Amino acid sequence: MKQDEVPQDGDNLHQGTFKQIMYAVDNTGNYVQVPSSGWEPENVALGQAWEEVNEKVKNALARVHAGEISPVAYYMEKTLMDLPLLASYVGKFQWQVKRHLKPEVFKNLSQKMLSRYAAAFKVSVAELIQPA
Amino acid sequence: MSNSFFQHTQTAHCESGVISNLLGHYGLQISEPMAFGIGAGIFFGHLPFVKVNGVPGTTYRIWPGAIFQRVCKRLGVKMEAEKFSTPEKGMQALDKVIAEGVPVGLLSSVYYLPYFPPSYRFHFNAHNLVVYGKEDGQYLVSDPVMETVTTIDPESLAQARFAKGFPAPKGKMYYPVSVPDSVSFEKPIKAGIEQACHYMLKIPVPLFGVKGIRYLAKKVQHYAEKPGDRKATLYLGNVIRMQEEIGTGGAGFRFLYSAFLQEASTVLKNDQLSKLATEFTETGDLWRNFAFAAGRVCKSRSVDSVSYKELSEMLLQCAASEEVFFRKLAQVQL
Repeated sequence: MKQDEVPQDGDNLHQGTFKQIMYAVDNTGNYVQVPSSGWEPENVALGQAWEEVNEKVKNALARVHAGEISPVAYYMEKTLMDLPLLASYVGKFQWQVKRHLKPEVFKNLSQKMLSRYAAAFKVSVAELIQPA
Repeated sequence: MSNSFFQHTQTAHCESGVISNLLGHYGLQISEPMAFGIGAGIFFGHLPFVKVNGVPGTTYRIWPGAIFQRVCKRLGVKMEAEKFSTPEKGMQALDKVIAEGVPVGLLSSVYYLPYFPPSYRFHFNAHNLVVYGKEDGQYLVSDPVMETVTTIDPESLAQARFAKGFPAPKGKMYYPVSVPDSVSFEKPIKAGIEQACHYMLKIPVPLFGVKGIRYLAKKVQHYAEKPGDRKATLYLGNVIRMQEEIGTGGAGFRFLYSAFLQEASTVLKNDQLSKLATEFTETGDLWRNFAFAAGRVCKSRSVDSVSYKELSEMLLQCAASEEVFFRKLAQVQL
């Protein structure tokens, strides 16, 4: 990659504030550091990953309101966690967390367990029970 | 107490950047490419069974921490490294060391670092940064992939250091305790090159090195059928992201390694290395072309097997080019 080929495809993903360093060859064939404001293929891939996340979060919220899943399932998507990760944050086995994804199990959770989930998701217990 | 004299230099990759910045603080000037090369950071691996958010993992470099370990060993730097059982202990130990004016390298999760753009904040647990002081209750941070130094609040830092998941950083912190006054790069460079060739060519597991690239090519060829549909573009997107995301420095580290070879050729007064650097730049360009094409496939969201077949062929080209290159590099008399 030549110095003048270093991509400068900035977009709102970087919020215009963040430049990466890339290594490229200058006119004399020597490697130099060149700041880059982003690259189209990476932006596409990153944007797509977020689109997937946002869609899952939206679906999860709708299902919480429909009473199909518990708020834990929604916040798990929202904080980009999966079952093993969430289980280790709240100090439970995966099968236990899996049960807590059901609304009928969730409504019987103790205050202590609720506050553990709230802490893992960085929300208050009230927000946990009633996701907006 | 303030000691804000830490020299921050922005680099492409966090691990080699932290090495370069930390050792530079003790008067051992080592560039990022040099650290990357001596640590034999160049690599390839495709791990279909290690899934992150349901997507198979691909890596263009050696596992986290390895570059650091190797550079220190080869240059005779002695490091103190500690992990902690609780955030309280970990933060206390950090405070104690920075109070002595010692900058400290920390392993952390990107997800909890508020100074990153939100779009980058995934649960990625192997990010390296340097904390070099504390002012008004805020930690002073030199994060090598950021343009300038920044600060972080104690709560976020504790969360980032003690994130759960794989691999759990467990508050790992490290700092040099003895740095030699003068070092010769010659032997470490040779050892680094030898190791890189070995890892790229000789690991008898089909997931790693040049074989790993071919393995990925084979998988990509059938992405249209398996996993098929939407998932295929997500899988592909992840391959690109690992190639380009922060901490990789473009073209999956291939340009960074070329920069190392160029520097090494000056140190060792060996013209062959500088020729090989130019060759490997071309390999990096092949990777870039692949990412371009893959990005287009992702964007169009088309699931046609023709485009996946083309991508697979591009990967095979990359593999062939890398194989030729590393065989030549292994032959160079150093």
